[in-house]
Amino acid sequence: MNYDLVIIGGGPAGLAAAIEARENGVESILVLERDRELGGILQQCIHNGFGLHRFKEELTGPEYAERFIMKLHELSIAFKLDTMVLDITEEKLVSAVNTVDGFFQIQAKAVVLAMGCLERTRGAINIPGTRAAGVYTAGTAQRFVNMEGYMVGKDVVIVGSGDIGLVMARRMTLEGANVHAVVELMPYSGGLARNIVQCLNDFDIPLLLSHTVTEVRGESRVEEVVIAKVDEQNRPIEGTEQVITCDTLLLSVGLIPENELSKKASVEINPLTGGPVVNESMETSVPGIFACGNVVHVHDLVDWVTEESCRAGKHAALYIQDKLVKNDDPMVTKAENGVRYIVPHHVQTDNLVDKLTLMFRVDSVYENVRIVIKNNEEKIKSIKKRHLVPAEMESVHLKTRDIEKLQAGTLSVSLELEEVVQ
Amino acid sequence: MSVTELICITCPIGCHLEVEKVINDDNETVSYIVRGNTCKRGEKYGIEEMTAPTRMVTSTVKVDGAHLSRIPVKTSKPIPKESIFECMKVINDVKIHAPVTCGDVIIENFLGLDINIIASRSMKKRTKVTETVNV
Repeated sequence: MNYDLVIIGGGPAGLAAAIEARENGVESILVLERDRELGGILQQCIHNGFGLHRFKEELTGPEYAERFIMKLHELSIAFKLDTMVLDITEEKLVSAVNTVDGFFQIQAKAVVLAMGCLERTRGAINIPGTRAAGVYTAGTAQRFVNMEGYMVGKDVVIVGSGDIGLVMARRMTLEGANVHAVVELMPYSGGLARNIVQCLNDFDIPLLLSHTVTEVRGESRVEEVVIAKVDEQNRPIEGTEQVITCDTLLLSVGLIPENELSKKASVEINPLTGGPVVNESMETSVPGIFACGNVVHVHDLVDWVTEESCRAGKHAALYIQDKLVKNDDPMVTKAENGVRYIVPHHVQTDNLVDKLTLMFRVDSVYENVRIVIKNNEEKIKSIKKRHLVPAEMESVHLKTRDIEKLQAGTLSVSLELEEVVQ
Repeated sequence: MSVTELICITCPIGCHLEVEKVINDDNETVSYIVRGNTCKRGEKYGIEEMTAPTRMVTSTVKVDGAHLSRIPVKTSKPIPKESIFECMKVINDVKIHAPVTCGDVIIENFLGLDINIIASRSMKKRTKVTETVNV
C-alpha cells in the first residue's frame, strides 16, 4: 500500500492535520485510528468550553470533534478505525494491524504523528497502601461515566487539580456522588481558573493545596484514604494526617505524550516536553515526519491543538510537494528565566507563512511580569502580563515585520519582573 | 461601595474581575462597575454573576441501539444556577433511541424556562456490518 500522507491518530490533532493537508493539495491521505470511532478523547469530554478561539462559540467536546469528522467525510479522506499502528521506520514505512486487513504495511511520503498523550497512574506517583479496587485515573473514570454509563463510585477523593480532575469532580457530583476533596500537592492549582470556579466552588468542594495522599486503605475496595499536608520539599508533615472515608480515588496527576512510535522512527525527543523536537513547520528531527497536538506537548485548550495541527498538515503538504525549505542552520529557541519550555525548538524563517507562534509554559505563578523575546540578546518584543500560571499555556506571535529582522542564532523567551512604581 | 472579586468563566482565559456595586443614598444598588475583563462578555458575566448567576449543564442520557449506551446532551442556554440539580433529575429520566443527530431536541421547554435539552453529538443506529474501514 502506498499513500502520500499517513496520519497516526484520529483525534483533534490528526483530523485537523488531515483536513489541512487535503486543502493544500494532498490527494492521497490515510488516517489510522485505534479506537472504534474518530474524535479521540473529545468524545468523552462532554462539558463545554471548546472552540471559543477556533469557532468563536462555546462547544462541547463531541460537538467540536463532530465538526472536524463531518469535514473529513466531506473531503472523502480515507481512514481506518480499530487499527493499531505497530511500527514506523525512518524511511516512513508504517506497519499496522486490524481485524479486516490483518497485518499490513504502508509506504508513505510523509507521516504526521498525532497519537496524543496518556495519563500518569498511581504507580507514577507511588501512592502507598493496599491494592484495593476503586482507584482510577480521572480520564478512565470519565470514559466509564460519560460513554459507557457506569458510575465508578459514590464517595470520591480526587488527587491532583488538573482540568480532568476538576471536571470529574463536577461530573461525579452531578451524577449523585459525594466528592469529599480535591487534593493538590503544589501550592497552586494545576487546572484552569474557570474550572476551579464552576467545578469546585459552585458545589462547595474543598480544594486542599499543598496536600497529598499518603495511604490507600481497604481490603477488596477502597475504604478510606489518608491525606496530609506537605512541606516546601513536598514531604508529608507528620501530625497533619486526616482520614477520609471513601470508596473511590481518582487521579488527575498529569499527562505524558505517547511517543513509543516516534522513538521507533528515531525521532528526537525533548526531555522537558516528553514530545518530539519540532521546528516551525512541526517537522521532527526526521525529515518528512511531522508531529502535532498532545504528542508534542500537553495542551490545555483544543483550539491550540487545532492551530498547531493545521500547521503540521500544511507543511506536510509542502514537504510532499517538495516546497519545504531545508536549512542546515536553523535558529534555536531558548527558554530562559521563568520559562520552562518553548515549542517549536528550531525555526527556519523561510518556511514561515505570515507569523511565528512560540508556545510555552512558565515554571511557577507570576504576577505583573513582562514576557521578553530576544534574538541574540537583542530585545525584539515584550508583552506585559498581569497573571501567569504553569497550568495555562502562553503564546506569543511574531508578525512579518518582526520576522524579517531576525538574525541567525538564538531566539529566547524569558520573564522580567515589572519594576514596582512607588 | 463594595467590591467582589470573581474569576470570569465565560472562556478558558479566566480573567480576574473586580465587580464594584454602586449604591445610591438610599442604599439601593443602582449599577455595577466591572474591571479586569478583557472582552464585553466579561462585563456581562460580572454583572450576571452578582444578580442572577447561570450555568450551562452538560450530561448524558441513556441511548438504545447505538454503539454506546450514553449520548451527551447540553442545555440550549445557560440555566439558573439553582436549577442545576433539578435539570439533572429530568435528564436522568430520559431514554432515547438511535439514530440521533447533533442538535436534536431531547427535552423541550425544560421547567418552563424556554430552554431545551439538546443532543451534543450524532449517533448512528448500530449495524451488524462493521464500518471499520472506509478505504
